[in-house]
Amino acid sequence: MSELPGDLLYTSEHEWLRREEDGSVTIGVTDHAQAALGDLVYVELPEVGQDVDSGGDMAVVESVKAASDVYAPIDGTVVAVNEELADDPEKINADPYGDGWIVRLQPNGDIDESALMTPDDYQSLLDEEES
Amino acid sequence: MPFIPHTEDDTKEMLKAIGAPDLDALFDEIPADLIIDSLDGVPDALSEMEITRLMRGRAAQDGAPLCFIGAGAYEHHIPQAVWDIATRGEYYSAYTPYQAEASQGTLQTIYEYQTMITELTGLDVSNASLYDGASALAEAALMAVRGNRNNKSGRILLAPGVNPTYEKVALAIAGSQGLSFDRMPMDAVTGNAVTPVNDSEAPVAVVIQQPSFYGTLEDADRLTNWAHEQGARVIAVVNPTSLALLKAPGHWGDEGADIAIGEGQPLGVPLSSGGPYFGFMTCKQKQVRQMPGRIVGRTTDLNGEPGFTLTLQAREQHIRRSKATSNICTNQGLMVTAATIYMALLGFEGLRQVAIRSHQMTQRLLAGLTAIDGVDRLFDGPYFHEVAVRLDRPVAAVLDALAAQNILGGYDLSEASPELGNALLVCATETKTDADIDAYVDALKSVLTK
Repeated sequence: MSELPGDLLYTSEHEWLRREEDGSVTIGVTDHAQAALGDLVYVELPEVGQDVDSGGDMAVVESVKAASDVYAPIDGTVVAVNEELADDPEKINADPYGDGWIVRLQPNGDIDESALMTPDDYQSLLDEEES
Repeated sequence: MPFIPHTEDDTKEMLKAIGAPDLDALFDEIPADLIIDSLDGVPDALSEMEITRLMRGRAAQDGAPLCFIGAGAYEHHIPQAVWDIATRGEYYSAYTPYQAEASQGTLQTIYEYQTMITELTGLDVSNASLYDGASALAEAALMAVRGNRNNKSGRILLAPGVNPTYEKVALAIAGSQGLSFDRMPMDAVTGNAVTPVNDSEAPVAVVIQQPSFYGTLEDADRLTNWAHEQGARVIAVVNPTSLALLKAPGHWGDEGADIAIGEGQPLGVPLSSGGPYFGFMTCKQKQVRQMPGRIVGRTTDLNGEPGFTLTLQAREQHIRRSKATSNICTNQGLMVTAATIYMALLGFEGLRQVAIRSHQMTQRLLAGLTAIDGVDRLFDGPYFHEVAVRLDRPVAAVLDALAAQNILGGYDLSEASPELGNALLVCATETKTDADIDAYVDALKSVLTK
């Protein structure tokens, strides 16, 4: 059973979003995703200032057995990246919802929450995938 | 010999099990208009007997001419031991084996190869090789685009001395992936690249060939620094033999080239009418995750013993599918084995002697040729083992007349580079003697006085 904080939004690509007080959005991969990937050895991060489109790839997480894209869940501009992942990608394995955050975006306009998943929706998705 | 082990009964049974009427039905999802029955210029299959007869006939045409053609493939002496060792049963496979780690000897050979190529190019990491120099340029361009995400232009700027065939191949492979290739202007006196280039858009990478296709030596330091100032990556296209004398691309300019590629054929691979050859590729450590192909690493096993393993496989096609760094990531195992043995036999000093001797023979060739009325040197400046001259008449007929005397007199530049006029590219390596050069000079003299 993977950990699933109740105050976050989720995507079907196994990513999470946290709305920060300053209007930005922090994004990472879920506990389920990090467990499926295995020990991460490298994270390729976007440049700060880069514009991203919802559904486009913005980062790559690489384990010894797979390399997976991290998709932008919303339109926006990269305002911060977790530089510490460059030296210590395993932070994602150890603390996927905290120190293992990947990118912070400034959204373009309002966020369409209907396109994202609540913790319950995401839990249903995980249940479906497991069954 | 059939390479499919199934009997007709096996096939029928399998089709029955999955409910398909025939083999063609398995390809139903391919739209009919994409299916072709035959390819222009590709004949129907021949029997073993027919193909043997055809190939014997082709081989008999070769003879043993005196060859002064370079233009990307170079005749060098290959010590007998090279292919004697490379064709031993333990080595004689063209492929990195599946379950690679079970073949420690093969992996060690590739590891030694990678070590030698990184030493030659002065860069940090080498892959296990690519098909040839031309496809290596395509891969290097794609790699530069992946690694330089600030620049979305997909625009690759080529120095004027990049082999025109390489450009064609790179365009064929990478053009459909959004890359475009432009040429920098050429200085008419030196044949080298002119900067600055008046561009509205900065290139994502600049390709510098050293020595250039025309045999000249670029100011690689200046060009590298200029490219880096534009925010572009630098791709070096280098001749491996020349690196025994010239500055390694890893040391060009203030920061060095980012990627170096080239044709590996001069390192122990015979001309063989154009192939098989191999391409080499090295890069800086920070680019390694964008590098296509296989990379062998050294590690220690459970018992603490040294061993070799394929590494950084997560971006290869069997894992990453369409998002792999490349979908042409096989290597030229047998050619690389020969090159590794060649480099090990010669050592750096041996390779240096080959390079020096080749340069000296080319100097003598150039002196002999330019002493003939109607032959002038095309470009000023230093050169390595190849040089362009201008004739007072069309080149093709002159080459035909020389070929009738069993001399391959060089590469006719007027087809690929008509703006250069009646230009001929000639090359002499350590395989040529003074008598060979005299024979060529005398033959050309008699052809041109007719």
